[in-house]
Amino acid sequence: MHPRPSPQGKPVSLFVTCIVDMIYPQTGMSVVKILEHLGVEVDFPLGQTCCGQPAFNSGYQDEARVVARQFLRAFKDAQVIVTPSGSCCAMVRHEYPRLFADDPVLHAEAERIASLTWEFTEYLVDGLGITDLGLRLPQPQTVAFHDACHGLRLLKLGAASRALMQHTENATVVDLPNCDVCCGFGGLFAVKMAEVSSAMLEQKCSDIDACAADTIITGDASCLTQMNGGLSRRGSSKRVRHVADVLADALPEVSHAE
Amino acid sequence: MQNNANSFVALADIGIHDPDQRQAVAVGTIRAYDKRRAAMFADGHEHGEALRQQAAEAKRRALRCLPELLEQAEANMIANGFTVLWARDADEANRHVVEIAQRHGVKTVAKGKSMATEEIALNHALEAVGLHITETDLGEFIIQLNHEPPSHIVAPVIHKTKPQIRDIFVRELGMPPTDDAGEMVAFARRVLREKFLNADLGVTGGNFIIAETGSLCLVTNEGNGRLCSTMPDVHVAVVGIEKIVETVEDYATLTQVLSRSGTGQNLTVYTNILNGPRRADEADGPSHVYVILLDNGRSDIYATDYAEVLACVRCGACQNACPVYRSTGGHAYGWVYGGPIGAVLTPLLVGLENASPLPHASSLCGACKEVCPVDIDLPRMLIDLRRDLVRQGHAPRAWKLGMKAWAVGMRSPRFYRWGGLAARLGRNKIARGNQLPGLLGNWTRHRDFPPFAEKPFRQLWAERQKAQSS
Ligand code: SF4
Repeated sequence: MHPRPSPQGKPVSLFVTCIVDMIYPQTGMSVVKILEHLGVEVDFPLGQTCCGQPAFNSGYQDEARVVARQFLRAFKDAQVIVTPSGSCCAMVRHEYPRLFADDPVLHAEAERIASLTWEFTEYLVDGLGITDLGLRLPQPQTVAFHDACHGLRLLKLGAASRALMQHTENATVVDLPNCDVCCGFGGLFAVKMAEVSSAMLEQKCSDIDACAADTIITGDASCLTQMNGGLSRRGSSKRVRHVADVLADALPEVSHAE
Repeated sequence: MQNNANSFVALADIGIHDPDQRQAVAVGTIRAYDKRRAAMFADGHEHGEALRQQAAEAKRRALRCLPELLEQAEANMIANGFTVLWARDADEANRHVVEIAQRHGVKTVAKGKSMATEEIALNHALEAVGLHITETDLGEFIIQLNHEPPSHIVAPVIHKTKPQIRDIFVRELGMPPTDDAGEMVAFARRVLREKFLNADLGVTGGNFIIAETGSLCLVTNEGNGRLCSTMPDVHVAVVGIEKIVETVEDYATLTQVLSRSGTGQNLTVYTNILNGPRRADEADGPSHVYVILLDNGRSDIYATDYAEVLACVRCGACQNACPVYRSTGGHAYGWVYGGPIGAVLTPLLVGLENASPLPHASSLCGACKEVCPVDIDLPRMLIDLRRDLVRQGHAPRAWKLGMKAWAVGMRSPRFYRWGGLAARLGRNKIARGNQLPGLLGNWTRHRDFPPFAEKPFRQLWAERQKAQSS
């Protein structure tokens, strides 16, 4: 493993992920706004596509390698890579080096890129050392967290987003029961094993409905899609939101105005 | 045991739509999960993690020198008076037991809880030669009465509710109807006590074999292991070759994490360390003890990158933690081992092509690895098994094509943009509403799918850059 260089004072290359790019672009914008609010210079390398996880997790490692190489090319000049997804971040950090284990050059490059890559909340809290962004939600809100699996177990995330919200005015943080249990998304698992996936989702939605918070916060757009798909299908009024979007709501008006 | 692992999806559906089973499995697994956490970390998180790493290391060390340790264990067991037999596969193991039974004129067999004997379907083999076998672990006894296999490594009857168990006792044994669990247990105890007293042969598995002392170790909570290994005149233990540990100290570490992880106890109620048959100056115990060291595919696994799975101590913690297992129950996995350990072990033992859905029976959430007392990287192995499925041509053609096309789309930003546009048009303009076509229909059968954004992020970004520079 490369030592992880400090990201302080360096410009950020944003990896929005394919799902945020195509379905939730406002989440990408939320990240940009927060970073710029902190005075961080943000760049969006246009060569980026996907991290390759859908293929990798389904056993298509050759295809995953092709896509991962594109990622390495797209971010080769980056000093710091920030992404609003624990899962894609874990892919880059944990799997890329393994994926290129038999190619010394690419392996070294994968290790280097992995050491530069941060999940969004991790970057703020562990990378920059900031937990208080000076934010204030426009209305009082009760929120709870769902810990998306890869971020939780591969990157040990969870504390960072909670700390950020706890330092946000007007936010009351409560517990979501079984917040560390999988929502059943699992990538292609959701369509391959649809009944199992939806049984898991049903359990998650029941926990969300029973929870005191109206808004559930998570760090992965994919799990959010699964959970909101289930909540809206069952007619629940609750929704899951990306942590970057909730934080962006709490930015001072000036940055909102643009 | 008959293998139905290729029917995982259909079997999972049955489990998911059985409300009694769902409830029973959910309650049982969550209780065990909570108890594990309390026991594992009773002396603080750091202590629990250290214990876990120590256990993982002890098992890894034993695996690294498994061939030597097996020889050492055999020599020391023989010196202790055990008869040691080797079995390459299920048939050979079963033949050994049948021969032993015939040599000693056995008619009735009392069996303690053992997964290895499930694996080789020993009961069938013994029944086929006219022997009468009783499972003496309460859970195993219940499912034997109900003619079904265990659904959990540690709690074989976890999938049944109390009323269902009552009905089985009433139907099969004429128990006077009662809803009192204590009365049911007392009733079963009376039945089982008779069986123990009359058995000519006791059969058990083995949780550990200590190489340096030649000892066979058993843990149970009801004492069935102790009774089966001490009351009948002959005792046979069927033990997987991966159960060898090097030292007594390693055993002490491992038996602790096994109990803490499996049942949330610091130690199980009965901890047996057996050092051979009755000695000349002893009054009790069997006159003969046979240990059958079972390979049954294990040495093949040992030669692969999956060797680490042989560290498994069969605690069942990964089953309790797994949200898939909690939803489907153990029978869905179609063979002896359910849950994450089954999803990895079954394909390795019966062949990938005979268990091809199992590596996919996971959302890769990682809860299994988190709780595993010997830190087996089950999610990583599931991903590797999926890779093997693709490489060995067991993946559906449609998926293969889809993945190829997808990789083409993702390898260049231009193709990616076109692909994104096509997806957006397809989703927003053609498949309006709540029903997506093809495989994606599996998604919308249970949940809604959001529309694609009219402008992807990269377009918003470009517009923003333009506005800022002008
Ligand atoms: S894989 Fe680990 S958690 Fe699962 S049964 Fe084996 S030892 Fe226990």
